[in-house]
Amino acid sequence: MVIKINGKTESVEKAYTITDLVSKKGLSPEKIVIEHNLRIVPKEEWDGIALKDNDAIEIVSFVGGG
Amino acid sequence: MEDILKIGGKIIKNRLFIGTGKFASYAIMKRAIEVSQAEVVTVALRRVDSSAKSENILEFIPRGCTIVPNTSGARNADEAVRIARLAKASGAGNWVKIEVVQDNKYLLPDNMETLKATEILAKEGFIVLPYMSPDLSMARRLVDAGAAAVMPLGSPIGSNRGVRTKELVEIIVREIKIPVIVDAGLGAPSSACECMELGCAAVLVNTAIAIAEDPVGMAKAFSDAVRAGRLGYLSGIPEAGKDAKASSPLTGFLREDA
Repeated sequence: MVIKINGKTESVEKAYTITDLVSKKGLSPEKIVIEHNLRIVPKEEWDGIALKDNDAIEIVSFVGGG
Repeated sequence: MEDILKIGGKIIKNRLFIGTGKFASYAIMKRAIEVSQAEVVTVALRRVDSSAKSENILEFIPRGCTIVPNTSGARNADEAVRIARLAKASGAGNWVKIEVVQDNKYLLPDNMETLKATEILAKEGFIVLPYMSPDLSMARRLVDAGAAAVMPLGSPIGSNRGVRTKELVEIIVREIKIPVIVDAGLGAPSSACECMELGCAAVLVNTAIAIAEDPVGMAKAFSDAVRAGRLGYLSGIPEAGKDAKASSPLTGFLREDA
């Protein structure tokens, strides 16, 4: 299936959770926030959310800024 | 009486706020914040770039600092609100600097959209610091919308042109009751000092420190300038006049007709 991650289309296997996505990308959970179809997902819920075809995920973190 | 700046229930002793963009490294940024003893620092929120193994900026911000995420990148109120909520979810607290910009050449803020975002976020319990074009009516509206401070610009972001909006900022300082923090364009410590002499509550500086040859030295220079300007303001700066007024006595000269 195909999902959109930070605006880019990527294909992933079925039964793929947000936790899977984060670990596959090698991201440290403590420094990121995830938005799933425009809804901010608390870390406790990452495990329980299986991604579906055409889902949109935003993964953001802090950077330097004024 | 002690001179206290209070925003969002927090007591802030250092009136220099520092932006964390454009530093050559987070380690240098950390030193600059430490040396200046700044207590309020801004950060931005961006999509994670998984190709870059990046460090966590929050680990380089000294403990005890208040972190103020900005909404840079937002082109309207809805985008600013979305960014603010994401920032809050990341556990950096509930302060936010609203920055809504549609104009990419001058990066001047959209005051109307900024007002809308301020209204929404203040209602949600955010401590809202809106970046704005210096306009008294808008400053008043932002106060009514629940802003914790207003942040009029000195000149375009990163331009290092100083406080070109001086007269307008001064009017806002005189007329509104919440803290006025000059944000953007302050290119030299003297500009920061000038803002403080006007009675501004604080200044936010990023570029001038971050891209200086010695950012750590420049951070200290800005901090000292802010302190000096504040003390000057509190001490009552005398009116400027056109004619000379002798500082030495006009009697007792060593000459015949004295």
